[in-house]
Amino acid sequence: MSSLGTRLTCKPADYKSDLKPIWCPGCGDYHVLMSFTRAFAQLGLPPEKIAVISGIGCSSRIPAYTNCYGFHGVHGRSLALAAGLKVTRPDLTVVVASGDGDGYSIGGNHFLHACRRNIDMTYVVMDNRIYGMTKGQPSPTTEPEFDTALTPGGSGVRPFHPLVVALASGANFIARCFSGETNETAEVLAEAIKHPGFSFVEILSPCVTFRPDEKAWKGQVRPASVAATNDQGKAARRLMTDDGFNVGILYHGDRPPFQPAVGASDTDLSELEKDFEL
Amino acid sequence: MGVSQSISIAIVGSGGAGALTTGNFLLEVASAAGWHGLFTRTLGPQIRGGEAAGLLRLAVHPVDCLPDQFDLIVGIDWLNAHRFGSEIKAGSQTLVISDPRGGEPPAMVTQSGARVVEITMKEMAKAIADGRPNMIALGIASRLLGFRIEQVLAPIAKRLADKGPAAIAASRAGIKAGFDAAAGIDFGTQLAAPTPSDSRRWLLSGNEATALGAIRGGVRFAAAYPITPATEILEWLSPNLAKVGGVLLQAEDELAAINMIIGSSYGGTPALTATSGPGLSLMIEAIGLATAAEIPIVVVDVMRGGPSTGIPTKSEQTDLNLAIYGLHGDAPHLVLAPQSVSDCLFTSQWAAYLAETLQAPAIVLSDQFMGQSRAAIERPADVAFIGARKLATNISGAYKRYALASNGVSAMAIPGTPGGQYTADGLTHSESGIPTSGAADHLAQLDKRRDKLDHFNFGDHWASVEGTGDLALITWGSLTGAAREAAGRAAADRINVRVIAPRLLAPVQPERLAAALEGVKRILVVEQTHSGQFHRYLRAHYDLPAPVRMFHRPGPLPITAGEIHRAITDWR
Repeated sequence: MSSLGTRLTCKPADYKSDLKPIWCPGCGDYHVLMSFTRAFAQLGLPPEKIAVISGIGCSSRIPAYTNCYGFHGVHGRSLALAAGLKVTRPDLTVVVASGDGDGYSIGGNHFLHACRRNIDMTYVVMDNRIYGMTKGQPSPTTEPEFDTALTPGGSGVRPFHPLVVALASGANFIARCFSGETNETAEVLAEAIKHPGFSFVEILSPCVTFRPDEKAWKGQVRPASVAATNDQGKAARRLMTDDGFNVGILYHGDRPPFQPAVGASDTDLSELEKDFEL
Repeated sequence: MGVSQSISIAIVGSGGAGALTTGNFLLEVASAAGWHGLFTRTLGPQIRGGEAAGLLRLAVHPVDCLPDQFDLIVGIDWLNAHRFGSEIKAGSQTLVISDPRGGEPPAMVTQSGARVVEITMKEMAKAIADGRPNMIALGIASRLLGFRIEQVLAPIAKRLADKGPAAIAASRAGIKAGFDAAAGIDFGTQLAAPTPSDSRRWLLSGNEATALGAIRGGVRFAAAYPITPATEILEWLSPNLAKVGGVLLQAEDELAAINMIIGSSYGGTPALTATSGPGLSLMIEAIGLATAAEIPIVVVDVMRGGPSTGIPTKSEQTDLNLAIYGLHGDAPHLVLAPQSVSDCLFTSQWAAYLAETLQAPAIVLSDQFMGQSRAAIERPADVAFIGARKLATNISGAYKRYALASNGVSAMAIPGTPGGQYTADGLTHSESGIPTSGAADHLAQLDKRRDKLDHFNFGDHWASVEGTGDLALITWGSLTGAAREAAGRAAADRINVRVIAPRLLAPVQPERLAAALEGVKRILVVEQTHSGQFHRYLRAHYDLPAPVRMFHRPGPLPITAGEIHRAITDWR
């Protein structure tokens, strides 16, 4: 998060646009949107100083539903676009929104390098373990036996563990939330935004249309029984052995963020020509 | 002894022999003494070892192309020189300096009738502490060209200053030994005296010129994924952007690089990336995003042989189709092409200016030949093209990012501007930027993006047009130099040729080309492709009012002025 001189008194509604979401009734992403606006209000950020960047998919529709600056880009590349924005505009608060297909499949490589690069931004992945917008194909977090038209009888492919991947790639703030718990999610998002450097928040967000079974998540999630650790080894063990339903901030390190100096310069451009003069 | 306006030298050696260093030093010595010159490396893909040659042309006038054949060839050794094939042409007038311990000169040399003089460069170097045969070669070539020894020693000492006095002493001794060894050799010609210049001349590569032009045009952010032959642009930008308050970010791949520059530009910082064909292929999807979301960006493609990995170290003009037609949907954007090392600076600056002014992506098609050649040039003039984006400030009421303006360019709100919040989108959108699949909005925004390019007055920079002959030679990119030289030779045969080289390839300028072709009776299209991409492009977009012939060939061999001249004289 960029530092702000004055803290505004804001309501969540100040951060909502009047555009009606295209999401299905009951979609978990509605709750994520509520958590976004609550977190922004809690932090008192001016809407014009926030940029919400996304790729393609149901979750990636979220920027236009906020009253912030937004970018709905191409599939899988939101982290790269956000990196170019944040290093040149360190004064902005940059939040990246993605889904399990956009973020872990087509955008998987950028996920690794964003964790490693540690630019000050918050990466929110709304994980519903399915490609919703294209009507139900398995994603990198879908169970191997889940039956779809594209993979009759299941893909047979083991899902990957995004939080472990984030930890191994150098992410410094790792959290898991459940979309239905909007207050708790907003709290975690506010902490993630305040965290200097790259913060990763996976939000379990049910797809009521293609994964009605995910409605049961409500009863499965529980606050993590232990506080966030700053010990990578401990975090790796916890993340590897949990069942995917422990929510809260799970790892919190203190690696300094990457931010090169940018801005106005007194250097005359003719200085650069000296390299070439005979 | 005769005097020549232009002399060409090839320095040949296996990788590590220092042939490229010798060629580079010769260019520096000659340009410090007031001559113009062009130096290009030719080498295989290996990092060390293999074949390498420095090809150098020195002249009293600016040089934009290689010669038909070389006047002097110095073979430090010939270990892998056969791999050059016909790249280093010799003739009966050519003088070849050959080290008898360096293997046999290849057939291209021995069958040409060239005069061969043997000098044992390796052995002479061994007699000097830390001596290197390439410094002997430098001494020999310098003497044959007519340089005075002090003209050579001073710049070399300056160049080697950071290597310490021992290295300088070894190089001096080597150069002197080479000078002495060449004493009895009659080269038969000498460079004419250089013309004095008012301004301080520059020595730089096309890639460096491209990078400086971008900064002059306002670029302050670059994203980098390394690729031959574009990497030097990024390596020059990295420290130099930092000097002017900008930054370069290394990306994890080309997909990230292109999206990073879109993010930077969306935030108000003009941005560039540089790549070659394989990278441009990966970037194309996001260039379409920049078109739809109206985000100014500059993408430099330093073209190399294709398709696929192709020939990374050799030049070709075969990314034209991709640059013009590669985007899905109807996606008007800018495509520009510099014509020489010097013009790389102007064209990339102009591209940055146009992208910012028109809120559209600009693809700059440079190529390996001019990108990696170094040239001694007159200092390029400061031009007034500095990117100035139409911004939305002091916004009151409902802001429409994509408002339909008469010239198609709508005011852009930069994040941080109160009241300007909008979502930039690759989805078809309304004037407010709200996604829609409505026919009227789709058409209105397609029209807007087309009109802002079509209605813009690009001025005389759209092309270089030289001469008034009724034979028009239409070419583009780095072939322009060879085409101009061919036209000059044709003039000596009393064939009047005009050379037309578009610098702006998209949007097309049919009225301007029609005017440039006024009175033309024959058209010769010259390009470095296998399939004739440029010829098809011309046929698709322009009326060609006279019989057309093509002269085209793919890389890796450069197309020479002599070949173009022959294509002109053969058309009787």
